[in-house]
Amino acid sequence: MATAASRSFSLTVGHRRLGGKLVGALLSLAFVLVFNFFLFRVRPGDPAKNLTRNRLVPAEQVQVLRESFGLGKPLPQQFATYVRDTLRGDLGISYKFRRPVSEVIAQRIWPTVLLLGVSTMLSTVIGLWIGIRGAWRRGSVFDRVSLGSALALYAMPEFWLGILLLIAFGVGVGPFPGPFPTGGLSSPDTELASLAGILDVARHLFLPCLTLTLAYLAEYALVMRSSLLDEMGQDYLVTARAKGLRDALVLRRHAVPNALLPTATLVFLNLGFIVSGAITIETVYSWPGLGLLSYEALRTPDYPLLQGVFLLFSAGVIVANLFADMLYSLLDPRVRSG
Amino acid sequence: MADAGDVLPARTQVRSIAWTRRRQAAARVWAEYRRSRMGMVGLVILVLFVVTAVLSPVLVDPGQLDVTKATGLPMSAPSAEFPLGTDESGRSVLALTLVGSRVSILVGFLATIMSVVIGSAFGIAAGHFGGWSESVLMRVTDWFLVIPFLPLAIVLATILGPSLLNIAFVIGITSWPGTARLIRAQTLAVKSRPYIERARALGAGNWHQITRHILPNVFPLIFANTVLIVAVAILSETTLAFLGLGDPLQVSWGSMLDSAFSTGAASIGAWWYLLPPGIAIVLIVLAFTMCGQALEAVLNPRLRERQ
Repeated sequence: MATAASRSFSLTVGHRRLGGKLVGALLSLAFVLVFNFFLFRVRPGDPAKNLTRNRLVPAEQVQVLRESFGLGKPLPQQFATYVRDTLRGDLGISYKFRRPVSEVIAQRIWPTVLLLGVSTMLSTVIGLWIGIRGAWRRGSVFDRVSLGSALALYAMPEFWLGILLLIAFGVGVGPFPGPFPTGGLSSPDTELASLAGILDVARHLFLPCLTLTLAYLAEYALVMRSSLLDEMGQDYLVTARAKGLRDALVLRRHAVPNALLPTATLVFLNLGFIVSGAITIETVYSWPGLGLLSYEALRTPDYPLLQGVFLLFSAGVIVANLFADMLYSLLDPRVRSG
Repeated sequence: MADAGDVLPARTQVRSIAWTRRRQAAARVWAEYRRSRMGMVGLVILVLFVVTAVLSPVLVDPGQLDVTKATGLPMSAPSAEFPLGTDESGRSVLALTLVGSRVSILVGFLATIMSVVIGSAFGIAAGHFGGWSESVLMRVTDWFLVIPFLPLAIVLATILGPSLLNIAFVIGITSWPGTARLIRAQTLAVKSRPYIERARALGAGNWHQITRHILPNVFPLIFANTVLIVAVAILSETTLAFLGLGDPLQVSWGSMLDSAFSTGAASIGAWWYLLPPGIAIVLIVLAFTMCGQALEAVLNPRLRERQ
């Protein structure tokens, strides 16, 4: 009876906590909307004029455009229009592409998802493995070499690493041509749906993916190493060893699961950082995703597109963080009841 | 009257005792810091960079940076005249790299000051006052923490326009939430100590409690954190400048990489143009990270226990 009562109690607390997180995420999203609205009203210039720049457009048509943006109306009404349009997925018209922003973004989303998905997975797995091995054999040659290279990678601007890899393996050094293409998603004349097409995309994906994996894994390795070192002094590990468990089992069953939790939080908190990497690396390799799109938008500058990409990136990271919080309380009972 | 005369010397005495104690603590920290080889190597590299940045107007003749007066051939490989080759307008890459240190370090420091001041103010206020002001402050902090840094910085920098101060501002305003969280946790730990309660019981106001008791106690952590933030700020400046958001009138390592990349240095394999600014960035960021970690090991009570 008592256990049932305390259990249901902990469950309601868990629900309350998740409810709080949900409200927090919604507040953050609302904040992004307000921020986006005001920030882009602050900038000088008339959106209707910007859109019709360098083209002969009759004055009446500009006026119609201005009205469709709701520019003459009072600010609260403009805000209401803006929120309604945004929720409907109408993000305005891009100055550069002269098409709806949502359409331009939708076209560019999949290359980014592919690039970030593959490199995040690889960097997490390899980074954690390096961190675990280094901490467990602290001070070994492996530990010292991996710690040194992780610190150096961490200090490197990821786009610079990208340029170096591009020269070494794409452009080629001296008389040796690089084995990999220097940019783009695929060669111009390949059919994407065929096996050859998939292999071609993989070949194009290799270098940007390698760069991002190297750039991200450094931090994961460093954090995993330090959180495992924190665990290693704990009494339960001495107990596990005293029971006669083999070293590998002590590591796998006892130390690593506990040390994984702080690292897992970091992986999700890092999503914002991962997005930043996508912007510069896609620029270096002309990978036609959202990162390259942001770069094109800021060089124009194409404000509606910039606003749309910012909204999408922020919303994506907020939702992913909420998801991480839910997952986290499933993984760690202490969080659930605390 | 006589009373006031008695109190005044006593107060100055208390203050001088406090300062003596702080000086001694600083000396102890330095003695412990000096034993860290990593920290000392980092410090030496840093001093070298700062000296270069300060002396760069003497080392490099401004005429060398003028595109119209450049004497070299565009994108030529290293030679006796240009030890690190030339850029796309025939300027010496060595001169550009030396001068570039100024903007990178200056923006790094300015942004860090801003970030640390905002972060500490938020952290101390949230930790000290608690209640709803804490909820509001931490809500704002969490927002800045969750919003992806680079897209936010790009949006702000595009709207504010490219200038050295704007870039420093953009980096400062986007990089403080980590500090705020760290300082809030430390403030909470300090707040629960008995002497704060004693001070409050004696009638100390919020301002007195914060400046006399909390700030001196969280200061070491703020300091260690500051050194680590400079590294992040320099990297951020580089990234923003690479994306073309830096001050167009100033040379920085990031803007060098931007012009190198956009003029095709990568396709013709002009390594002499790409390597120097990149290596400079890696060295200075590594140096700040090494110093920061060595300091943290000395100053952060949680990390000290581990050794």
